[in-house]
Amino acid sequence: MEALDLARWQFGITTVYHFIFVPLTIGLAPLVALMQTFWVRTGNERWLRLTKFFGKLLLINFAIGVATGIVQEFQFGMNWSEYSRFVGDVFGAPLAMEALAAFFVESTFLGLWIFGWDRLPKKIHLACIWAVAFATNLSAYFILAANSWMQHPVGAIYNEETGRAEMVDIGAVLSNPTLLAAFPHTITAAFLTAGTFVAGIAGWWMVRSIRQGREELARDVYRPAVVLGVVTMLVSGVGIGATGDWQAKLMYDQQPMKMSSAEALCEGENGASFSLLTIGDLSNSCDGVTHILTIPGVTSYLASGDFNSYLPGVEELQQRSEELYGEGVDYRPNLAVTYWSFRLMIGLGAGSAALALAVLWLMRKGRVVSHAWFGKLALVAIPTPFLASAFGWIFTEMGRQPWVVVPNPNPSGIDGVWMLTAKGVSTVVSPGMVIASMVAFTLLYALLAVIWFRLMVRFAAHGVADTEPDVSPDNQGTGGDRPLSFAY
Amino acid sequence: MELSTVWFLLIAVLWTGYLVLEGFDFGVGMLLPVLGRKDTDRRVLINTIGPVWDGNEVWLLTAGGATFAAFPEWYATMFSGFYLALLLILLALIVRVVAFEWRGKINDDRWRRWADRALVVGSWVPGVLWGVAFANLVRGVHLDADHQYVGTFFDLLNPFALLGGATTALIFLTHGAVFLALKTDGEIRARAGALAARLSVATLVVAGAFAVWAQLAYSVTWTWAATAAAAIALLVLVGATRMRREGLAFLASAVAIVAAVVLIFGSMWPDVMPALDPANSLSVAEASSTDYTLTVMTWVAVVLTPVVLLYQGWTYWVFRKRLTVEQIPEHTGLPLERV
Repeated sequence: MEALDLARWQFGITTVYHFIFVPLTIGLAPLVALMQTFWVRTGNERWLRLTKFFGKLLLINFAIGVATGIVQEFQFGMNWSEYSRFVGDVFGAPLAMEALAAFFVESTFLGLWIFGWDRLPKKIHLACIWAVAFATNLSAYFILAANSWMQHPVGAIYNEETGRAEMVDIGAVLSNPTLLAAFPHTITAAFLTAGTFVAGIAGWWMVRSIRQGREELARDVYRPAVVLGVVTMLVSGVGIGATGDWQAKLMYDQQPMKMSSAEALCEGENGASFSLLTIGDLSNSCDGVTHILTIPGVTSYLASGDFNSYLPGVEELQQRSEELYGEGVDYRPNLAVTYWSFRLMIGLGAGSAALALAVLWLMRKGRVVSHAWFGKLALVAIPTPFLASAFGWIFTEMGRQPWVVVPNPNPSGIDGVWMLTAKGVSTVVSPGMVIASMVAFTLLYALLAVIWFRLMVRFAAHGVADTEPDVSPDNQGTGGDRPLSFAY
Repeated sequence: MELSTVWFLLIAVLWTGYLVLEGFDFGVGMLLPVLGRKDTDRRVLINTIGPVWDGNEVWLLTAGGATFAAFPEWYATMFSGFYLALLLILLALIVRVVAFEWRGKINDDRWRRWADRALVVGSWVPGVLWGVAFANLVRGVHLDADHQYVGTFFDLLNPFALLGGATTALIFLTHGAVFLALKTDGEIRARAGALAARLSVATLVVAGAFAVWAQLAYSVTWTWAATAAAAIALLVLVGATRMRREGLAFLASAVAIVAAVVLIFGSMWPDVMPALDPANSLSVAEASSTDYTLTVMTWVAVVLTPVVLLYQGWTYWVFRKRLTVEQIPEHTGLPLERV
């Protein structure tokens, strides 16, 4: 393989891996903050026990997200130095803002939250976890601003003299329509992930504690957590659908090739159908593509809000791209990958949201559930939104290939910035070096994934503590040299 | 002043923040096997930086992000050129981060031993390699006419750079020992103080040699002021650690790091990546972003940096008390075996 393919694989591996942990952190931090808020406001110990329980899981997860996040910032320069040279003027700004505005808040206040239980007044301590929750979400905004600029470069011009993209309007970069849709979509997906995580673990425990003869525990502690998780899933499920629809319409305007690839639509069609099953060969050629199960008009509707609208095929778009950007490049993304990742994202995401509705029905009017199958289902549901997010990103990023910065249709002045992925790779980094780093990261990441998983399972299986003392200085006062309530 | 100059200074400030703050974190990690003979001792050491290490590390991310935004060519050339060195630093930082957070989660001696190994290696590797990297920036590296790095990883391991690595390692060790003497009490405080006194002498010698070499071979006249400031700070450090003046000692080691950054960035100026063939050097002006981007980023930095300093300062105030072994609670981790 060439350095380009290796660098792409490495980016794919490290980014998909990083984004296993990130959505859980983004969604779980606010949910833990909410639990702690309930405790501070009601004084009900149930919420303190839940805060501590899910708080530990949050911390185990947070660590690996932070650790793998450093790689994300460094590898643009390491593997994609020519990309970095080209776009740094625009792309670097949101990254620097993310660090200054979000990462500092997140890391500092998380430290205060972890160690501050017996050091800070209750309300200030609560404010710390809210600061963390706010900052994790803010960081998503900035990184998505950077990513959205790659999908739809705005607020920048191409300077022929320097051969670099130059920012001319930071406001446009930070209010990119692609960003305004991608941000709520990503955040609601993160909340779906965290909601499923909370509902799944608490649901499994609800069944388990009833079967252990501890129905009071199930009613008192786990049921409220399931409700919190399930309501979060439902609300975010609706949000994901609405924002996803918004994104599809933007994609139709901004990245028609991605939209048509998502449908593996080779020839343009009026009233393009949404296919549920398509077969094709892996050569990425249109010849072998056969749509087997289709729903008429739906893809056209997704793209433009009109069941009969025209959706261009990838062949036609290839020709158009050749006219605009030159021949000799395959401007089509990998059709099989975009087609299937698009469907898996939608299917898995919609599946978990639908599950929430069913669970809410089962638990109507104060009911608890004690069926063994429910406990198993609760656990099986947990990975679903993680996978949906992963496929969503695989779709978004594979779907913009062969571009690293996708040209806006109708290039005119301000829209004249674009770059092929192949041009972005570092020229001085040999394939051997990329292999070395890819192997090193993959092995280390695999090891850490195993440990992370076992730690999460170990702590989830331990359940909430029977009691949780209130150690806040409001309650006990500070001072003295008594043991810390929390220490590594 | 040109905006690109402002940003050259701001990047120096961010690195200063990083090296001063994470410098003692690294020192604490590097000294774990030396000062932490028993597990409780090691827990005292780790907990002195427990609430702050993550916030300290963000200074690195900010320096990296700011370099990307303000000097894309510098970011691109340096990060692709120092590839294997940065890879080693990244791997080290990764295991270090998870070791901090996961160490106490499982109550098992073998588990903790592995976490300790990760903390030690994860602190030594960057502790040495940052020095190697910066020394190379002072010395100059193999760049071609397109400002691309054309040397190898082993070119980075020249004698001057290795001395730079030894310098940062020693400075961090001393800084960490001084920090521990300031933040603990009882036996650990005494041992950390005694070790700091010995380490400070070695640091004075090695860092002094590095600074003089840098001055004579690669630097300019005015940075002698930084070298002199570093020398005075290190002399004060030797005296203060001897007299167990812990606050003064910490101030002195922090000032020494600030002076070192001034020396390094002063030597690089007006380049961000001096080349061995000066014609190929990447200058501040060539590497910088447009004035528009720099203006935007200046506003962001000017508004946010003081706020960051304020709440990070508050964290140190909240956790200002000295730690002792008596304050370390029982292990709260779960046993290794499954329920």
